[in-house]
Order: sequence, then C-alpha cells, then structure tokens
Amino acid sequence: MTAPSAPPSVPAAPARVTYDYVTRTIARTLGDPSRGYYLLLGAAVGLLSIGIVCLLFMLRYGLGLAGYSHPVYWAVFITCFVFWVGIAHSGTLISAILFLFRSGWRTAVYRTAEAMTVFAVMTAGLFPLIHIGRQWYFYWLIPYPNDSGLWPNFKSPLIWDEFAIGTYFTVSTCFLILGLIPDVAAVRDLATGWRRKLYDITALGWRGSNEEWRHFTRGYLYLAALATPLVLSVHSVVSWDFAMAIVPGWHATIFAPYFVAGAIYSGVAMVITLLVPIRRLFSLEVLITEHHFENLAKLCLLTGMIVGYAYTAEYFIAWFGGNPYERAAFWYRAFGPYWWASWTMIICNAFLPQLLWFKKIRTNITALFVLSIFVNIGMWFERFVIIVVSLAGEPYSPWTNGGYNPTWADWGVMAGSFGWFFMWFLLFVKNFPAVSIAEVKEVLAPPQAGRH
Amino acid sequence: MALPNPLKELFDRPPTPGVLGVFAHLDSAVAAIRTLKAGGHRDLTVYSPIPRHELEEALDQPVSPVRMFTLVGGIAGCTAGAWLTLWISYDWPLVVGGKPVGSVPPYVVIMFEMTILFGALSTLLGIAFNALMAARRRGTIAYDPRFSNDRFGIFVPCGADRAPGVESLLTGSGAEEVRRA
Repeated sequence: MTAPSAPPSVPAAPARVTYDYVTRTIARTLGDPSRGYYLLLGAAVGLLSIGIVCLLFMLRYGLGLAGYSHPVYWAVFITCFVFWVGIAHSGTLISAILFLFRSGWRTAVYRTAEAMTVFAVMTAGLFPLIHIGRQWYFYWLIPYPNDSGLWPNFKSPLIWDEFAIGTYFTVSTCFLILGLIPDVAAVRDLATGWRRKLYDITALGWRGSNEEWRHFTRGYLYLAALATPLVLSVHSVVSWDFAMAIVPGWHATIFAPYFVAGAIYSGVAMVITLLVPIRRLFSLEVLITEHHFENLAKLCLLTGMIVGYAYTAEYFIAWFGGNPYERAAFWYRAFGPYWWASWTMIICNAFLPQLLWFKKIRTNITALFVLSIFVNIGMWFERFVIIVVSLAGEPYSPWTNGGYNPTWADWGVMAGSFGWFFMWFLLFVKNFPAVSIAEVKEVLAPPQAGRH
Repeated sequence: MALPNPLKELFDRPPTPGVLGVFAHLDSAVAAIRTLKAGGHRDLTVYSPIPRHELEEALDQPVSPVRMFTLVGGIAGCTAGAWLTLWISYDWPLVVGGKPVGSVPPYVVIMFEMTILFGALSTLLGIAFNALMAARRRGTIAYDPRFSNDRFGIFVPCGADRAPGVESLLTGSGAEEVRRA
C-alpha cells in the first residue's frame, strides 16, 4: 500500500492542494498506529472495563448500588443518556443541515462529527437499558404481539423517545456508511494486503461511474433532507420525556428548542474536543485549518447564546409567572443544596462561551480545546440540574425532598460510557477515513487543462 | 467430465470490449464526452473521483429514480405509524386522562419518526438497487484505480473495427492515456 503502510512522514503541502494530495494525506491516517494511539485506545478500554465491572455488580446486586433514593429515581444514568444524545446532535447538524446549506467548510470536519453522532447514540442507547434494572426484559419496550395481549402506551413520551432514538441511530448510521463508500473505494485503490481485502468488501464495488454518482448524489441529498427534521425532532422528543410531566423545572413549553440548542452546543464542543487531538495525531493541519475551528467556535457561540437565553427565560418566568411552586423549584435550584451544580452549569454554558466573541480565542486551538471541555462539563451538569435537582426539590410535597448522592456505581458506569464512546471512535478513525476524501475534493478547484 | 456451472456465467462474465481513456483534466473529459456523443456513441461510462456538474450536464442523464423510493418509503412509514398506534390502542384500550383511546396528536410523533425511518431506509434501498445494480452490470467494464484518486475516465464500448477511431478521438480531446479492453 503506497499510503497506509508508508512511514508516517507528512507529505509536504503543495502550493495548491490537489486531489492526489487529499487522497494520500487522508489515506495515510489509516497506516500502522503510533504508540500514542495505542495509549489512548488502552485508556478507553480501561475506562470501559471499569464500567463493565460496575454494571456486573449492579446486575448481581440490583440498582440499589446506584445512589437512587426517594424522590430521585431518575439520576446519573438518565443524565448521561440525555448528555450523550445531545452530543450526537451536532454531528447531524454539520453533516446534514450544513450540507443542505451548501457550506463548504463542513467537508473537512463532517466525517468526524458524523462518526461521533453514531457512537454517541450507541452510548446513549445503553443508559435506558442500564436504568431499567432488569436488562433481560429490555424487549418489553418494543411493540410486539405477545400472549398477554399487552401493548406499550403510545401516549407516553418514553415510547416516543424509543422510536425517536431508534430512528435516529438507524438513519445516522445509514448516512455515515453511505458517505463512506466512495472514500473507502479511494482507499481500496491504494491499499495492499489485509487492508485491501477489508476495503474491497466495505467499498461494495464502488467505482465512481456516472451511473453510481447519479443515484448516490440524489439519495444523499434526500437522506440529508430527512435527517434534518429528524435531528430537530429527536432532542425535542427527549425534552418531552420531562416536559410532559408536571414536575416544576420540567414542565415548560420552552423545553424542545432549549434542548435542541443545548444539544447542538454540547455536540459542537465535543467535535472540537475530538478534532484537536485527531488533527495533531494525524498531521491534518493543511486540511483542517484554523478557519474550520473558527466556524465551529461561532456555532458554539450562537448555540451558547440560545442556551444562555433559555436559562434567563426559565428563571425570569419562574419569578414573573407568579406560580409559587415554580418559584420554589427555581429558588431551590439556585440556592438549595445543589447550588454548586446549578452555578457550574450557568458559568460553563452561559458565561464562558462569551469569550468566543474574541477572534484571538476563536483561532487559538488550545484555548478552544480547553473551552470545549468546560462546555461539556457544563452541559453534563445542565442535565443533572434539570433531572436530579428538579426531583430532589420537588415543591408539591416538600416533606419528601431529599438529597441524592451518586455512588461509585453511578460514576463507574458513567466513566465506562466515556470509554465505550472513545473506544469505538478511536477504532473508527484508524480503520476508516476520518476526513471525507471525496467531499474535501469537491470544494477544491478541479484540474483544468484550459484548452477547451 | 466438467459439469456446467450456471453461476460462472453470472459472476465471471467476459470483459466488455471497448476503449478506456484516462484524463487528467476535467474540461478535457467534458470535451471528449461532447465529441463522442456528437459522433453517435451511446452508453458511455464516465468515472470521476467526485460528482461534477460539468460531467452531468455533458452526459445529460435523466433525474435519478431514487426520489420515488424516498417518497414511497416516507408515505409507507407515515401510514405504518398511524396504523401501528391506532390499531394497538384499540386492540388494548387504555383510557389515559379521559382522552379518546385513539388520540391522534401524540401519535403524530410516532408517525413522524416512522416516516423518516422508512423514507431513509427506502432511499438507501433505492441507491443500492440503482447504483449497485449499475456497478454490478458494469463490473465487466474496464476500470483504473486512479479514477478514485485524481483522474477522470471515459469508457466507450465498441468493437475492434471502431476502436482506432475512438482512440484517436479520445487522444485528440486530451486523454493522457488510452487503452483497449
């Protein structure tokens, strides 16, 4: 194989980026992994094993090992579920919505984002199953004909959620695989040995003939057009898991747009968190430039502003609406025993992104990386505050209010989810093109002889 | 005695005779397509590393039928969603909050998700059916690994008698390499 098995030296960037340069630079990322890669992969697998051990203990001794205590029965696992579904969203925003808007800069980053989507939904999907406790009955969620004549209640938002997440996972996986086909074919044509065999199968016989492109481009467009309303619907439906209930702090009409904006915000931050090391590890500085990071930062700023606005609106309406229960819930949120969680969320999500108004910060990769991690922490706490703190301080029955403290089982499973996500992601970027070969070429000027 | 193998003919078909031209430049390939079409050549196979509208315009192909797959899939999904939720509601009637057993507003969510799911899967099926079938049918047509990198290719199916003419035509349009298959 010319590219992947060649020494990992970086080809000198030509004066003008050519098609050939793009193919070889991206194909080179699939070569034999470095030690740094194995270290990262080892760390991910290590985290995953911690999660698996905790999960096995919970299987044996029950959900009591997690910190559930009355009235908080939706806690870290549901927080993680919403967190990971949210992470997924910006991937579809970048790959589908920006595709429909024909924004050229997405081509260099969308594959990473799309892969992140698929693995984040895979991670998110585990949490409802962990949360139900008796995992071996998970199929009860599915409407299937059974002897008892029982069916799920389609008026329940939890069933909507199941359909939304299931559809989202299926469609984003299709979208990722479809986009990969021409790129895998490009790598196949350079590869030798076992990689050649792998890509020969996964390219599905793609040759880039006019007949293939004709159907591919049309189908890709329609998939993007279907994925766009889907991504908006998924986090809306996730928000309705809460908004349909009458718990103050959950029962708000603002929830759907608020959750969608928050999801895209956290997802863009995660894209930055993932792209920075990948760009360094694979020396992709020519293809993924400061310009891309600046655009991601602008997206982060925009959605961060929407999230900040939603926080303001929530507190304002709690006060201005004059509903004593609502007011009590938000007072508990800001000044109750969980004040630290609420203020972490507000500082990380509403105040820190204001730094992105400065171009110096938007174009400083290190600053962006650090900021993106803070955003992720803040967005995890946002879900924690909404879910746990609203339940703990539920003002209709203040005598039941109680504290909730996550245990080692909660933290272990959460750590495991990060390991699971990063493991799949790292395996993906080493075995399949992490930057789209065909789409990066599409934004370049085609080679012209200029004679005709 | 060797037994006849009907699968051999299906999977090991002989290569299609013709001429393959390799182009380094997009405009040369477009010019060659126009000249070939003017010369009465049909059924060209044009390879390119990326989809280019210049090639599409020169080839002047009909719009892909994939859109019908998307439409039919979407409608089928919406119908399936409505049927699933309503039929299940009446099969096991459950009155929630004094609302009708079959309440359509919450079912719209399911209908919407099923529209997207079926629409997307059927789009994928449409692409697979059309593009993979095309690829399979064209599996006997000469290919060059450079076409997925930075070269454009035109394959003209023709017999040995017409091949020299096609060869000179492709070279004249700026092909950097021409070979017979």
